[in-house]
Amino acid sequence: MADPTSDDPAAGGPGADGPGAGDPRPAAPAAAPTATPTAREAEVAENMGVSATDPHTSPANPENRISVGRRAADAENAEQILQNAPEAIIGVRPGHGARKPVRRKPGKQPVEVASTGHSWDGIEEYDNPLPRWWLWTFYATIIWAIGYVIAFPAIPLVTKATEGLLGRTTRNEVAADIQRFDAANAPIQARLTSVDLAAIKDDPELMNYAGNAGAAVFRTWCAQCHGSGAAGASGYPNLLDNDWLWGGTIEDIHTTLLHGIRSPDDPDTRYSEMPRFGLDELLDDAQIRQVTQYVLSLSGQPHDAAAAGAGATVFAEQCTACHLEDGTGDRAQGAPDLTDAVWLYGRDGQADAATIQRIVHDGPFGVMPAWSDRLSEADIRAVASYVHGLGGGE
Amino acid sequence: MAILDHHKILEKNATLLLVFSFLVVTIGGIVQITPLFYLENTIEKVEGVRPYTPLELTGRDVYVREGCYVCHSQMIRPMRDEVERYGHYSLAAESMYDHPFQWGSKRTGPDLARVGGRYSDEWHIDHLNDPRAVVPESIMPAYGFLRNRMIEPAHVAQRLQADRMVGVPYSDEMIAEARADFIAQADPDGDAEALQERYPGAQQRNFDRQAGVSEMDALIAYLQVLGTMVDFSTFEPDPTR
Repeated sequence: MADPTSDDPAAGGPGADGPGAGDPRPAAPAAAPTATPTAREAEVAENMGVSATDPHTSPANPENRISVGRRAADAENAEQILQNAPEAIIGVRPGHGARKPVRRKPGKQPVEVASTGHSWDGIEEYDNPLPRWWLWTFYATIIWAIGYVIAFPAIPLVTKATEGLLGRTTRNEVAADIQRFDAANAPIQARLTSVDLAAIKDDPELMNYAGNAGAAVFRTWCAQCHGSGAAGASGYPNLLDNDWLWGGTIEDIHTTLLHGIRSPDDPDTRYSEMPRFGLDELLDDAQIRQVTQYVLSLSGQPHDAAAAGAGATVFAEQCTACHLEDGTGDRAQGAPDLTDAVWLYGRDGQADAATIQRIVHDGPFGVMPAWSDRLSEADIRAVASYVHGLGGGE
Repeated sequence: MAILDHHKILEKNATLLLVFSFLVVTIGGIVQITPLFYLENTIEKVEGVRPYTPLELTGRDVYVREGCYVCHSQMIRPMRDEVERYGHYSLAAESMYDHPFQWGSKRTGPDLARVGGRYSDEWHIDHLNDPRAVVPESIMPAYGFLRNRMIEPAHVAQRLQADRMVGVPYSDEMIAEARADFIAQADPDGDAEALQERYPGAQQRNFDRQAGVSEMDALIAYLQVLGTMVDFSTFEPDPTR
């Protein structure tokens, strides 16, 4: 076995003769002035195979110590590895010697796989067969695809695609799905639409259906305005209380649902329009302030008594046609009761002079859509019954 | 095989490989895309679909500008739960004049394909001003500023022309009268007859309940027309489609 260190200058063997070490003189004048290496440093440098006079390599330069230390450790380590290495691999270099045969399983004869003959930069491609599970899965998908193309719409032809033997379309499927549920609900819906509205509440089975179906309809179509809990919001009536603008019997609620309130596309809609007293200059700002105070006084809210007194005259002249002389309102015109301290507009249902003033000035025009175009009679009856049963029904 | 030997030439020549790859992708693309241009079921004609009015089109631009499509889809899929909640499933023809369509793919908010007529204008004003005022659980941002941004229809005719270039059948008359129609639709006392003649079924009123035409007017006009053009009481779906 040859001395492994002899051809490795970095190993720094005793016979090493590193570059630059042979003739230190040419480097010395060019390099920055360096302290003359001591005898010990010159020995170290020689062992390392570096120049003792070059400031970049000299062990005399403290900046080189880390490098010197690391190289010494590397050399030591390399020697140790070589001493412990098995005989068989000493002298073997990458890229030399025979290719190791491929072993398929332990204990089996090694199989030499043929090459495809493709060679790129000396790298050859094995001609290994595809894994069998993969190949058969691949064949299965081809067979599946043929079946799929026959059974389902697939191939575009001149004016339409093939329809497929199963004749399935998404339109048919959704129609069938809806039909299935409609058929299941048909008997109870037929009964719901045939009975008298007032009689629904006496029939537990109808009430059960209307309660569930009505709640679903309410959440889908009504909750956006009246709130998911039906408590309403400013400008959108609370359906839980006893205060109704257009009437709270189930017949009234049913009519409101069918035709809406001020719904632009329904000729039978419930309609009334409070004048825009300020915008149309029917009242001046002072009068509006006064009548606002009077309205507050009607329900016993804190108010300015002097202004309210003047407002009473304004109210008697302008407002009594709809809100009646005592301010209790008129459901035939959707005119709210002003004496009950329940407020459609205003924050958190509380009376608020600024809001009342704004309403008198701008005129409210609350709109509820008519639902007869969108919902079936059964759905409308169900949701009417649901709303009627929320607590305020009359 | 001989052909495989020739294949080697492609594999060894990068430019040639690029050219032939492009050829393969082109053929594949043509096979997939061209049938859509002539297949009848993709171009089903439906009664009632008309181009957007100038005001609706402007509202649509506001809709796109504000990124409404990021949270709202406009595509009711043919499934029972969607049909029960939103109405009849969407038809391809209903977005035939949308460039680009607003089908979307993300429903953080509800689908808007049939929101037209579902809520009152007042509701839309309240809701855009402060979504939480009417729907406490909503996470939608407020868009009340739209009401303060007035629009001058200076370029609305060009806007219609641009849509005509990509195939929306705006007539010369529609483009000439675009400005007038824009103003008339947001004015309850505007020329209703001319508007109805050009855009049958167009809703005409002061959508934002204030003087002048604001972006809120345009957006609500657009929202109120969504999904309302086709009369589904007379529409017979072709079951093979």
